[in-house]
Amino acid sequence: MQLCDYNAHELVDRLRRRQVSAVEILESCLARIAAIDGRPGTLNGGSQTAPDDDVKVHAFITLTPERARAQAEAVDRRLAAGEDPAPLAGVPVTIKDIYCVQGTPSTAASRMLANFIAPYTATPVARLEAAGAVILGKVNLDEFTYGSSNESTAFQPCPRNPWHPQRVPGGSSGGSAASVAAGEAPLSLGTDTAGSVRQPAAFCGVVGLKPTYGRVSRYGLIAFGSSLDCPGPIARSVRDAALMLQTIAGVDRRDSTTANLPAPDFLTELEHGARGMRIGLSPDYFRITYPDPQSGEYVQQPLPAEIETSVRHAAQRLAEMGAEIVEDVPMPNTRYGIPVYFVISRVESASNLHRYDGVKYGYRTSQVVSDLRQMYRKTRAEGFGLQPKLRILMGMYVSASQYSARYYQRALRARTLIRGDFERVFDPQGSYRLDALLTPTTPTTAFPLGAVYGDSVLMQYADQLTVPANHAGIPGISLPAGLDSGGLPIGIQLLGADYSEARLLRIARAYEVATQQDEWRLGRPRVLENL
Amino acid sequence: MADTISPQTFNHLVLLAALEMDAKEADYLHNQLNLQLDAIRELEAIPLDDEIPLTTHGVPYTEQTSQPPRPDQLQPGDNPQEIMAQAPQVENSYIVVPDIPHADLE
Repeated sequence: MQLCDYNAHELVDRLRRRQVSAVEILESCLARIAAIDGRPGTLNGGSQTAPDDDVKVHAFITLTPERARAQAEAVDRRLAAGEDPAPLAGVPVTIKDIYCVQGTPSTAASRMLANFIAPYTATPVARLEAAGAVILGKVNLDEFTYGSSNESTAFQPCPRNPWHPQRVPGGSSGGSAASVAAGEAPLSLGTDTAGSVRQPAAFCGVVGLKPTYGRVSRYGLIAFGSSLDCPGPIARSVRDAALMLQTIAGVDRRDSTTANLPAPDFLTELEHGARGMRIGLSPDYFRITYPDPQSGEYVQQPLPAEIETSVRHAAQRLAEMGAEIVEDVPMPNTRYGIPVYFVISRVESASNLHRYDGVKYGYRTSQVVSDLRQMYRKTRAEGFGLQPKLRILMGMYVSASQYSARYYQRALRARTLIRGDFERVFDPQGSYRLDALLTPTTPTTAFPLGAVYGDSVLMQYADQLTVPANHAGIPGISLPAGLDSGGLPIGIQLLGADYSEARLLRIARAYEVATQQDEWRLGRPRVLENL
Repeated sequence: MADTISPQTFNHLVLLAALEMDAKEADYLHNQLNLQLDAIRELEAIPLDDEIPLTTHGVPYTEQTSQPPRPDQLQPGDNPQEIMAQAPQVENSYIVVPDIPHADLE
């Protein structure tokens, strides 16, 4: 086990005891990256190949080792001067390349922003840096976060799943989850709009937390769906996820959608166990509805048995720890999460993508143009990939005045019903009075590269168990809960009421403790086998 | 309801979106849009009346959780040069764009 394989809280502890320096931790992470990451994603990287492409992780777009070294040295200087280390002192962190980090390329994995150097730093990143974290660089994602596999990035090769490099890492925070699973960093900052933290965390066997909407500032986050986007931590342990949330949470005057609430202490009750917690299981999360790729007809079928079994085993373990399991919790509007998302997210992304026009920053066509309108069209045609174009066109269609009542307003009303499902089961005076709903995170484990990409509808259905939380704004956490017969990680999800992250983390930690000695926990990602 | 996005509507959307594309790309995107519209049509099955309020944000903003409005005060940025340096074409601190389509008034 190398330093880079330790949890963040263990590293801070060792640093505090002077058993290790921040520079030594950083060098360990950089050595791991050099050993397994392979070539970074680049704009023309898809037309080249390298002999080891298929066995590397390719998490990064931009590695900033000198910037990181300066930060690590500053931490060591403060420690040498006798200062108490900050909560994340010396902890290397990767940042999804959808956040602005001053002075570094901030690309959104798009040709449109490939040359954009951020003139300011996003609030969550600034808070990480203020807490002593060492920023390693920017990791890959789906273009503008539009996808669930990372294959849509304009910066190829796209990230691979460290457990099986022929499989996708999930998305859109795929580079984040892959970098944490592979030991390149103990923490990564992702974003979750339909499941983009939780789904890749599940695929890569790590912990991913989507906080309540408004818990974490979106200032400096390149926007996708402004009513859905949530910054969130990806970590290898529940305690690390809590530690990172503690650092980034809280009101920000620069983002008026952050809730004007003090962030509670997410660590105090972490070890208080699951006794007395009411945890629900819903049949509506044990079946999937999706359009058959051949016929186009909607089919409903049960989840793969291995995934359902993992959730039921988790419920059993939590029951053994004193939790009360409530079966048959109805969540009847779960199946509408994706159709609603197809409308709302498209309208919001189309609106957010209008700013990219080749005038103020980012890409501008090099072709000779006759006027401004032609410049707009050529710039956007060349700068955007297929996924942003799809979202712009759909968003404009469903919000057009003649269609808005039929599509957009209907979707916003259906969103009310989805929210209502959660309000009913979490109501402390209601029939169910749940502390959390326990569900699978994803309908499948990581799928092979190329298996779904190109079918934008089927790809979206990868998020059907995670997206209801985004519509409702509630928090959710994905935890590793075993391996399938192919050795791929299975994720389980806990969903809770608004601002109940501390309780979700506590239940998640109880499950982690209960399964600490399970055999599947000995499994290691394939890319680490020969190190 | 069996509406699909017609080729004419698709071309109109492309124009409104300030995009352009070749036939192959248009064919793919047009097809995917109609497949997505099929998925959206699932919503037709839900009985929704006008009494159901629209949810634009999942988490409600109450008086307690909303931030007070900021004072309306001018706050100059501290790095205008850095921001201007991002513009594709600048002359004498002005951002330069191609000719803006216009009609001369009589």
